Amino acid sequence: MPPSTQSADPHRSDVPDPSAASAGGDPSSRRTGPEHAGPVRPSADRPEPGSAASNSAVPDRAASERTEPDRPDPRPGSQRPSSQRGDPASVDPGALGPDRLEQVRLQASAAIATAGDLDELAALRTLHLDGRGAPLALARRALGALPPPERAEAGRRHNAATAAIRAAYEARLAELTAERDARVLVEERVDVTLPGTRRPLGARHPLSALSDHLVDVFVAMGYEVAEGPEAEHDWFNFEALNLGPDHPARSSHDTLYVDPVGSGLLLRTHTSPVQIRTLLSRPLPVYVVCPGRTYRNDAVDATHSPVFGQLEGLAVDEGITMADLRGTLEVFAQALFGSGLATRLRPSYFPFTEPSAELDVACFACRGEPARQPCRVCSDEGWIEVGGCGMVDPNVLVACGVDPARYSGFAFGMGLERAAMIRHDVHEIRDFVDGDVRFGLSFGTGN
Amino acid sequence: MKIVMSWLREAVPALPPAKAVADALIRAGFEVEAVEPVGHDLAGVVVGEVVSIEIVRTKKKDVRWVQVRVAEAATRGVICGAFNFAVGDRVAVALPGAVLPGGFTITARRTYGQLSEGMICSASELGIGDDHGGILVLPPDTPVGTDVAELLDLADDVLDIAVTPDRGYGLSVRGIAREAAAAFGLPFDDPAEAASVPVPAGRGDDRERAVPEQTASGQTASGQAGAGQTGAGQTGAGQDAAGYPVVVEDTAACSRYVARVVTGVRPDAVTPLRLARRLALSGMRPISVPVDVTNLIMLGLGQPLHAFDRAKLSGPIVVRRAREGERLVTLDGVKRELDPEDLVIADGSGPVALAGVMGGASTEISADTTEILIEAAHFDPVAVARTARRHQLGSEASRRFERGVDPALAPAAAHAALRLLTELAGATAEAGVTDIDHRPAPRLITFPLAETARLGGRPYPAEIVRRRLAEVGCAVADTITGAGTGDGVGDGTEAIADAVAPAGADGDSVGDGALLVVPPSWRPDLTRPADLVEEVIRLEGYDTIPVTLPRLPAGRGLTRGQRIRRAVGTALAHQGYVEVLTVPFVGDDTPDRLGLTSDDTRAAVVRIANPIAEDAANLRTTLLPGLFAAAIRNIGRGQADLALFETGLVFRATATAATPPTPAVDRRPDDAEIAALNAVLPEQPRLVAVVLTGRREPAGWWGPGQPATWQDAIDAAHTVAAATGVDLTVTADALTPWHPGRCARLSADGQVVGYAGELHPRVIAAYGLPARACAMELDLDTVIEIALARPPVTAPAVSTYPPADRDIALVVEAGVPVARVTEALRRGAGDLLEALTLFDVYEGSQIGEGKRSLAFGLRLRAVDRTLTAQEANAARDVAIAEATRLTGAVLRT
Repeated sequence: MPPSTQSADPHRSDVPDPSAASAGGDPSSRRTGPEHAGPVRPSADRPEPGSAASNSAVPDRAASERTEPDRPDPRPGSQRPSSQRGDPASVDPGALGPDRLEQVRLQASAAIATAGDLDELAALRTLHLDGRGAPLALARRALGALPPPERAEAGRRHNAATAAIRAAYEARLAELTAERDARVLVEERVDVTLPGTRRPLGARHPLSALSDHLVDVFVAMGYEVAEGPEAEHDWFNFEALNLGPDHPARSSHDTLYVDPVGSGLLLRTHTSPVQIRTLLSRPLPVYVVCPGRTYRNDAVDATHSPVFGQLEGLAVDEGITMADLRGTLEVFAQALFGSGLATRLRPSYFPFTEPSAELDVACFACRGEPARQPCRVCSDEGWIEVGGCGMVDPNVLVACGVDPARYSGFAFGMGLERAAMIRHDVHEIRDFVDGDVRFGLSFGTGN
Repeated sequence: MKIVMSWLREAVPALPPAKAVADALIRAGFEVEAVEPVGHDLAGVVVGEVVSIEIVRTKKKDVRWVQVRVAEAATRGVICGAFNFAVGDRVAVALPGAVLPGGFTITARRTYGQLSEGMICSASELGIGDDHGGILVLPPDTPVGTDVAELLDLADDVLDIAVTPDRGYGLSVRGIAREAAAAFGLPFDDPAEAASVPVPAGRGDDRERAVPEQTASGQTASGQAGAGQTGAGQTGAGQDAAGYPVVVEDTAACSRYVARVVTGVRPDAVTPLRLARRLALSGMRPISVPVDVTNLIMLGLGQPLHAFDRAKLSGPIVVRRAREGERLVTLDGVKRELDPEDLVIADGSGPVALAGVMGGASTEISADTTEILIEAAHFDPVAVARTARRHQLGSEASRRFERGVDPALAPAAAHAALRLLTELAGATAEAGVTDIDHRPAPRLITFPLAETARLGGRPYPAEIVRRRLAEVGCAVADTITGAGTGDGVGDGTEAIADAVAPAGADGDSVGDGALLVVPPSWRPDLTRPADLVEEVIRLEGYDTIPVTLPRLPAGRGLTRGQRIRRAVGTALAHQGYVEVLTVPFVGDDTPDRLGLTSDDTRAAVVRIANPIAEDAANLRTTLLPGLFAAAIRNIGRGQADLALFETGLVFRATATAATPPTPAVDRRPDDAEIAALNAVLPEQPRLVAVVLTGRREPAGWWGPGQPATWQDAIDAAHTVAAATGVDLTVTADALTPWHPGRCARLSADGQVVGYAGELHPRVIAAYGLPARACAMELDLDTVIEIALARPPVTAPAVSTYPPADRDIALVVEAGVPVARVTEALRRGAGDLLEALTLFDVYEGSQIGEGKRSLAFGLRLRAVDRTLTAQEANAARDVAIAEATRLTGAVLRT
């Protein structure tokens, strides 16, 4: 089959219907008794250009699928003149005569030259060139009947005539294709700027996305992800973290306790109890990040939420130093706000670390340069407070059965909301829990 | 803690400007939240003498036409509405052109028929106090014409410092001054020592004196430094015959009690403006000389004091725990039922103060008080914290005691108070000193020199370690063999010797390369080498720590379960669901609104003891109420077409196990202890849920869109399942809160994992959701468990032979679920069936009442050959026969 046949119409497929052509095809059993509005598979065929069915944005999907009438198969395959079989007995040696061939060439060329469209041209091609009943095909059959001396000559004539007709066909094909490109495709133009989002859009929550992003940074360094319960026992949330019952730092945790009060249960105030669970359950060395939800007794307003996300990291190994902490936090800060930003550690206090520090990152907006201030991101501080960190307090290690003389470790933690607020310029923390889809959708699925 | 810079400079005169001090303090771990300049914007206000006063009467009110002399020969006329000054008084006059705080400029103006050339100022107009009572009258000897801003030293700065709870000493000018001095390498004069100079001497005691002597870094401790301590007295009255009798019953909770008495306090005495302003800038209201004095001492030295009206005390003071049924009216006028754990100060009448928290009304000093007993004590932080918490009564005193007050400070602080009262109120200090001292022996820390580098990550030479520790007030010595003997120990190691002796430490047990360190009395937070490491490296600067990365062993990445959870979230988002994270608190009415029966696991709520709001006091047992609330919020804001999802923990109360004992923290708890703790936790499965309202396909130019239906809810479950790799089986069920006829039970591997469908109209009404709202909820933990248990996928043999497609239409009773018919067809068609598609469902007159026509396409194919028509038809016919047998289906012809 010449390759040009298929390109005659880009919408048309000459690939036969697999079911119709299958060897086991049994036309009588194909459509089951649809004498009354019986079921018919919805056709997957695309309508021809310009046909009435192309306006098929039928609003009621179900109706269109259910009641479409059985329509004739529009595929060209069904119209193929495959039944025009030449009678093998009627071989006419005269058909190879120069005059006859010339006449065939003239007729074919004339017909091809006046073909009105690509469909007609394709039919003419079958009629004059490729079809089994085409004069050239009939003439070719006569070749074998000629005595050898004449056969070569007749063959050459036949080839020349064939080439001439094919040339005429190719020429007309080019003309008609050009014409189609110029007219039909222009007529088929649509407005591609029409909104096309018939599928509703969805989105990941920005805190989930940020948490995943940060987790990935640490996982790439070799950390693993540890998790724990949100309703937690006091021992994990406070006691083992060097926060005894009367520790003054407890009051700053604004803890939500589970009823009854004496049960020892509470909603974890930080993700640090996961550190304890990790040290109790995993062999050393331990390198984990712990993302999760935490709770404080704060009503929802612009800057407070009773529920908020944290991400903590913990490394316990032999020879871990504060220098390792600094280096790790630099990687962390870059993941949050971009590279090239200075970090600083400020001495601070947490019961579960000693020494302790606050992590500040240079403000990505003003970088502390007065020329870029006033700065709404850092209020001209030049630094953004990101989280707390320090070397794991020896008491914490002891409570987890780790020898503080042999092992040391660092831990750091940060609030996801605050980081997301800075990163995405969110002004109200309640936006994270309100669930307004306008807020959520702005983050999309690719965050 | 507000620190007034001029006050700080008294202790460290050479300090640079406030901003630099703030930066240095931040670097040392004191978070300066604000540097507030005060009084810098005051200009053109001078001292004037009132020469004459003439009343101007008007209809509305009377004012005065005042002549003030503001220079040798210059008198100005000023209209003034205040009446609290007289001819001859010195007052502050703002002349035309003067600028008052807030940028308020004074001009000459005609008023009440006079040209008023300026303004006579009140303290508040000068920005130095809240007193609106009238004009500020200056001392009579103030030179006329002097600039008031200079005179009163009004230009100042206030540092607002957030002191961390471990550093109680930072709640004083003394403590901050020490840090500031260390930060700039400046000499530091301990105000506590200055305060204690001319003290009536008690009986000296080397052991007691040794520790405070070492407090001043680099300072020569004079013999007077520790004076005022009477040594470790036994319970009972102080040894000094003239001291007020005091009995300390609970010497653990009150390790030090100093009492001093002053008499002859002038009731009309007024706190000088300079000190009043100092108090005001520190955030405390000036009240009276005795109260102001106690507050000044507390702010300056860090020692909370209490002033009793001695005339109202009856009998000896007793420091003890409260007795059952005792009550106390505190200074704030509240009558309090005391708890037997409360530490109180009592006299013959019963409790007169909550120790370290607040005084009582019965012994409160008043305007008539002339004799005062000053209490300077050290109370146990835990005792004070518990009492303050129990009575919800935090005070400046309790804040300091909770964080630790310097127990060596009491005598000096009491003495400083006496001196101020003498100066300001003409009082006379009684000679007697009561000092009941039960301080524990100083702690001794063996500090390996290598420890700083081990944690700090860089070398810290021994001399730096020594110097930095000295700067924070530690006594430092090298390991000395025989230090414990107490004989022949040099001056510099006195403290060490004292500390070693009671501890019974053996000198030679301390190896080389270690220091013996006694922390200063004001640093109860320094107990271990790690604490000392922090002091050294913070003073050296955290910015001097190098930047390295640990060398990690290879990690295993996310677990499969963690990856699946991410995939679920991503899949739902790609299917058009918006993730929300709702607040997981719900009200008591939630089970009712959801229509849950009391035996439903979703009705087993976990309650919060101290909820933020009473109507949201329970933890969620299902994600749906939070999603409903988010949906309604969106609808209220005009977004009606919603597809929301949430993934998160829910909380379900379990049968309450007995509260386990809390494990100790000086060792690892054993596995049984850990299991006991875990046993009392509520169940906290992770669920995923969606809610759908309005349209699933949006309306647009293409048409009106498609409403979200029960099918979309089930489809969401399939989306989740597909992301996990688990196959869900759908069966009809009728679980609330779903519509009983449109509720799908979702199972996997024979386990029920969730439900989906349209919501029950009653639930829709109870929550105010739009009609036909749909929802799905799956137990994600269980689905993931099932996914993890799945063996690796076995790949199908992909046939390259052509398929044989057969379509059939079956008529079944309308109540027969499609799933059953499908199941039967699959079974009948056997291995040749590659795919089965339901492409039409028809109900109508042509097939009869109560029936359904189901049209299926069967794609049949063999792996090893092209099927013959007979083979394909045979498979089809067996499928039909099986459907007929199992579901009563009839082939439609």
